[in-house]
Amino acid sequence: MATVAEIRVHQGRRSEVALLAIAVMIAVLARGLVDYHADVLELRDLGLYALTAVALATTAHLVLRRYAPSADTVLLPAVFALNGIGIAMIRRIDFAYAERGRDTTFGNVQIGWAILGIALMIGVILLVRDHRVLRRYTYTAGLVGLIGLLLPLFPVIGTEINGARIWIHLFGRSLQPAEFAKIALVIFFAGYLVTNRDTLALAGPKILGIRFPRPRDMGPLVLVWLASMLVQIYERDLGTSLLFFGIFLSMLYVATERLSWVIVGLGMFVAGAAFAGTVFAHVHSRYEAWLHALDPAVYASGASEQLVRGLFGMASGGLLGTGLGEGRPDLVPYAESDFIISSLGEELGLTGLMAILTLYVIIVQRAMRTAIGVRDGFGKLLAVGLGFSLALQVFIVVGGVTRVIPLTGLTTPFLAYGGSSMLANWMVVGLLLRISDQARRPSQVVT
Amino acid sequence: MNEPVRRLSVVILVMFLVLMAGASYIQVITANDLNADGRNVRTLYREFGSFRGPFVVDGETVVKSVPVDDPFNYQRTYADGPLYAAATGYYSIVYGRSGLEQTENTLLNGSDDALFWNRLGDLFAGREQEGASVSITLDSTLQQVATEQLGDQRGAVVALDPTTGAILAMVTSPTYDPAALAGHNTEQVNENYQELLNDPTGPLVNRAIAGDTYPPGSVFKLVVSAAALESGYKPDTEVYAPQELDLPGTSATMTNYGGEKCTSGDTMTLADALRVSCNTAYANLGMSLGWGVIERKAKEFGWTDQIDIPLRAAASNLPVDPNEAQTAMASIGQYDDRATPLQMAMVASAIANQGTLLNPYLVDTVRAPDLSVIQKTEPTEYGQPMTRADASKLRDMMVGVVDNGTGTRAQIPGVKVAGKTGTAETGTDAPPHTWFVGFAPADKPTIAIAVLVENGGDLGAAGKDPTGGVVAAPIAKAVMEAKLAEDGDL
Repeated sequence: MATVAEIRVHQGRRSEVALLAIAVMIAVLARGLVDYHADVLELRDLGLYALTAVALATTAHLVLRRYAPSADTVLLPAVFALNGIGIAMIRRIDFAYAERGRDTTFGNVQIGWAILGIALMIGVILLVRDHRVLRRYTYTAGLVGLIGLLLPLFPVIGTEINGARIWIHLFGRSLQPAEFAKIALVIFFAGYLVTNRDTLALAGPKILGIRFPRPRDMGPLVLVWLASMLVQIYERDLGTSLLFFGIFLSMLYVATERLSWVIVGLGMFVAGAAFAGTVFAHVHSRYEAWLHALDPAVYASGASEQLVRGLFGMASGGLLGTGLGEGRPDLVPYAESDFIISSLGEELGLTGLMAILTLYVIIVQRAMRTAIGVRDGFGKLLAVGLGFSLALQVFIVVGGVTRVIPLTGLTTPFLAYGGSSMLANWMVVGLLLRISDQARRPSQVVT
Repeated sequence: MNEPVRRLSVVILVMFLVLMAGASYIQVITANDLNADGRNVRTLYREFGSFRGPFVVDGETVVKSVPVDDPFNYQRTYADGPLYAAATGYYSIVYGRSGLEQTENTLLNGSDDALFWNRLGDLFAGREQEGASVSITLDSTLQQVATEQLGDQRGAVVALDPTTGAILAMVTSPTYDPAALAGHNTEQVNENYQELLNDPTGPLVNRAIAGDTYPPGSVFKLVVSAAALESGYKPDTEVYAPQELDLPGTSATMTNYGGEKCTSGDTMTLADALRVSCNTAYANLGMSLGWGVIERKAKEFGWTDQIDIPLRAAASNLPVDPNEAQTAMASIGQYDDRATPLQMAMVASAIANQGTLLNPYLVDTVRAPDLSVIQKTEPTEYGQPMTRADASKLRDMMVGVVDNGTGTRAQIPGVKVAGKTGTAETGTDAPPHTWFVGFAPADKPTIAIAVLVENGGDLGAAGKDPTGGVVAAPIAKAVMEAKLAEDGDL
């Protein structure tokens, strides 16, 4: 006679509470420091802020406890901490702008986005009770992703900001649909790859010792991917196209375990990048700004000015930073968004930057752990895709600011000012939590 | 599918390690270079956050930082900005620093090692770091007089205390107001700077020390005289002084100013040759001495040396391996001879100080915020270009120039003045540069001076024939007179 016995294992929700408490403390103390240095410290305001943070953390925690009890316990606190640091830094930059007569309320707006983001994350947890459901919407997701990417090109709602046509105007707010398209396309890739991985990997002609997939298996995948790349190149959104390319390649590799394809793909990318550098003036100037950033001529032309100003900021921070509120992050254009990493590097120093990067490593490694733990292939690919998308996004933007790679416009997840990125990345967290619940749920043992 | 996920995790880890390495490279390894980069305004901003020490002239604060309610906290203000601009330089959030604002920067902003104990005290007392005050050797009256005398004419005046080397006056004309560049409105500062930069008269150029160097013309005869005295000539040695001198190896001849004869005969004494500034006599003298002797003497006076006062003064130039004809030209301060007004003042100063040349300097004392003296410039010797005996002979010859020669307009009633005029061809159609170099009182000098007026100043512009004796000598006279009046020697 078979009975199903539930084995209670340690789910770690209590340690999540402890970690969340630390994250909330970081957020509140950071804001306190910022207010103190700007001479606007009001204990009542800070108390209200602390209360809001505690309420949000508690709500998120309780929702997880009830609806995803086995979900990863480190993910939420790590993201909370990043959010707290980001909001404090953006608020600090508001004060710096105010000193120069520019009135901005980025900090307060960002708090609103964070609250919305957490709500969205909770929504994802509540709505998607089982991530496998998403597999049914594979092609829908692909279509949604493509349409999302195309939206900025439509006349009325699409707008061009700073030379990139990646924004749509909706309800008086600007949104970057690419951030959301990223999730949709990861779902599409995961769904398609899990269905076709065997035919992709095993059937097909062999060229130069490498087996290539049959065109009809590869077709839809390449079509969607090429379309998204072309759209982004047309929109001059180099960062996002690089991001999508990376996500596609990593998921293809995990699905098929074909390293040779990755090498071919990277080779194609390098060739494409070199080609773009010689053909497109705006790509070429990016390379120039990257390789010869400090060259007086390049600097004077304005191509590398923002990058170099960011370097100056980080250099002045040195090992330990100037201290929150003590530097001059406002000297770098877009200190609150694209260059928030250099702002943080300046005021928190290399030490702070290392801590922040480590938080990202933790988040991404938890996603990878989830992928390994979850039993279904779709879940694995989804977790890998989402996790790698975070990692690559951080790499592209931080690498651009630190001159590891050419600078391209992307937002730093959870830190940079901007609603689209905040909402989309909280949705990613929601999905990862949902998959991890599945991955860590104790198996029902048949005795 | 787990194996590739694991491998991907490693790839991700490597990606983040690369980012960390990138950040370390910027924030630790190249941080110093980036912080020192001239385009990095952050260092400047940090400095604006602390109290910068003042400049003091004659006990009066002429440049100071006053607290203002903007992100920079302090505004640099320049009382009598144009009067002292040549020495102080500017302190701009856009264009950085120049002049003493640059050379004395670490003292002014308080980061200098000499202020270590003060900083430590500030740290413990919770006070803001304060900079030291720098007192400048300039004499406000002389500075004022020299400025008024030059007026709108392009030129420079440098006056030294021959016994110490202290710079009593350093005026360049035209000049500018550092306040125009010290504002916190970047746009306005940009506009002001561009205007100064595009001004054809070059107000940002410090003609006294670092502008174009000028052909010295006849004032260079002082150096040739010193070389001659050292070689055994005496003031009453008869030297060859024809109306026209053939320049060896060329078909050209050299004549005197206006083609005149220096003397009724063919020879005259060395003293007379200097007194009337006889070109043919000195050209011939230079050829018989040989260029090597003159070159060595000129170098002893400071030529070809870069002198920091502590502002960097341009090195004065000498020709390299001139042939005989070129030696003749160079002996009367033409050809490739070039000098800064500071260099010529140093020549006067050495002769005035019995042959001993002292290092010229601008910074007198530096006081910590608590007014304790942390630095005081002691006079130091640059060299001994002349013997005491030769110096007094040359001094007497120079007195002759002012008493009864080309420099009579520098005469000051009741005081013996030594001097030498110069009218230097510029090599173009433009009127010549006019010089006067001298000191007073001749027997116990308190001031040595060099005056340069480019292209003869107003007189040159009016199409008249300007000479050092007419244009520059009266300016020198006025400045020396002011100094003597101050000392009660009049």
